Amino acid sequence: MKEVIVYGPGCKRCETVEQMVRDTATRLGLDVDVKKETDYAKIAMAGVVSTPGIAIDGKLVHAGGLPDEAALEGWLSA
Amino acid sequence: MTTQTHEPSAPRAQPAWSWHAGVVVFTIVWFVIYKQLPAFSEWLTALLPVERSSHTGEALAFFFYDTPKVIMLLTLIVFWMGVVRSFFSPEKTRALLSGKAEGVGNVMAASLGIVTPFCSCSAVPLFIGFVSAGVPLGVTFSFLIASPMVNEIAIVLLWGLVGWKVAMIYLAFGLAIAIVAGWVIGRFHLEGWLQDWVRDIHIGGAAPDVASGKMTMVERYRDGIQSVRDIVGKVWIWIIAGISLGAIIHGYVPQDVMVRIMGSGAWWSVPAAVVMGIPMYTNAAGVIPIVEALLDKGAALGTVLAFMMSVIALSAPEMMILKKVLKLKLIAVFVGVVAAGILAVGFLFNAIF
Repeated sequence: MKEVIVYGPGCKRCETVEQMVRDTATRLGLDVDVKKETDYAKIAMAGVVSTPGIAIDGKLVHAGGLPDEAALEGWLSA
Repeated sequence: MTTQTHEPSAPRAQPAWSWHAGVVVFTIVWFVIYKQLPAFSEWLTALLPVERSSHTGEALAFFFYDTPKVIMLLTLIVFWMGVVRSFFSPEKTRALLSGKAEGVGNVMAASLGIVTPFCSCSAVPLFIGFVSAGVPLGVTFSFLIASPMVNEIAIVLLWGLVGWKVAMIYLAFGLAIAIVAGWVIGRFHLEGWLQDWVRDIHIGGAAPDVASGKMTMVERYRDGIQSVRDIVGKVWIWIIAGISLGAIIHGYVPQDVMVRIMGSGAWWSVPAAVVMGIPMYTNAAGVIPIVEALLDKGAALGTVLAFMMSVIALSAPEMMILKKVLKLKLIAVFVGVVAAGILAVGFLFNAIF
């Protein structure tokens, strides 16, 4: 099972990204564990400069803005 | 009256040339409609049962002209800035600034602040990311001051509503304040006034630059459209509020009252404008229609610029966010230095013009 962490202090866009990850996983029938990290220190430690950021299994795949739908599918099913 | 509908919202498979053609057509249609706006506002005002030369008529004509004008200007500019910004990212900017000496670093940081995309909720991670990657504190501040103050929305709206000279003056002095204020804060060596946990953070190496790979031009257009959705979708309400207030000033506030309160004769008007601006939180899009109306009524240029800079660059909510990374003393220094710069610009312009 993939572990996905969405990094964001809780702005609207960060919540949208979290929902996108959940929706995409459900649509692809994937079983993923989605966590949200809102702690500034942890966000910075992960190397995220522009939020929201997405890490999958500990690897940062996206930072800043909403990810492309197709790219998100790619990361989740890789 | 928005022109977004002319944007091609084509599926992914659409060839690149149709995107280029679509963007050209959109831009031409934009200019044609834009030229018709004065006639449109007069026509619309004439339809209503008010005397054109009355206070209400003046206010309505101002409102009907400025609302579509500002929203159209904003749509065009935000789109193209979205395209330009797709060439930049906070990660790239950080790499460019890391280890730069003060001075050169401050100038670069202020300039990059104009084009680097970042939303205000990213301010804290960005701040930590910069400082922990070896960007000097003062240089980081130059970036943080320039980024909201000297943005494309402010420049273009000033250009369109007030005139290109004022827009250029604002650009030059906005950058100057960001550069000098950042440099001064750097001189104070206040690293000890960061919150303790920020100083303890050590990030191993630079983060991977995940956001910007090799993008195609079509993807950059998509970025532009996305920014229009994000920004115009968010600020239109502020614009309407700003223009309404501007229209009321335009129609109802008598000239001599404004000259007495905000004219260049009243020296205290500059500090008053700065103090008034701090708790007000809006963005450039909301404040510029007010600026236009104030100038029109004889308010002094320096006072109005000081008010505008204070509203945009010194905002109470942003300080609440920064409180998470900066000790109160450092926030006070930040506010003090920036306010001093704004005051200097205000007095200077009132003295010259």
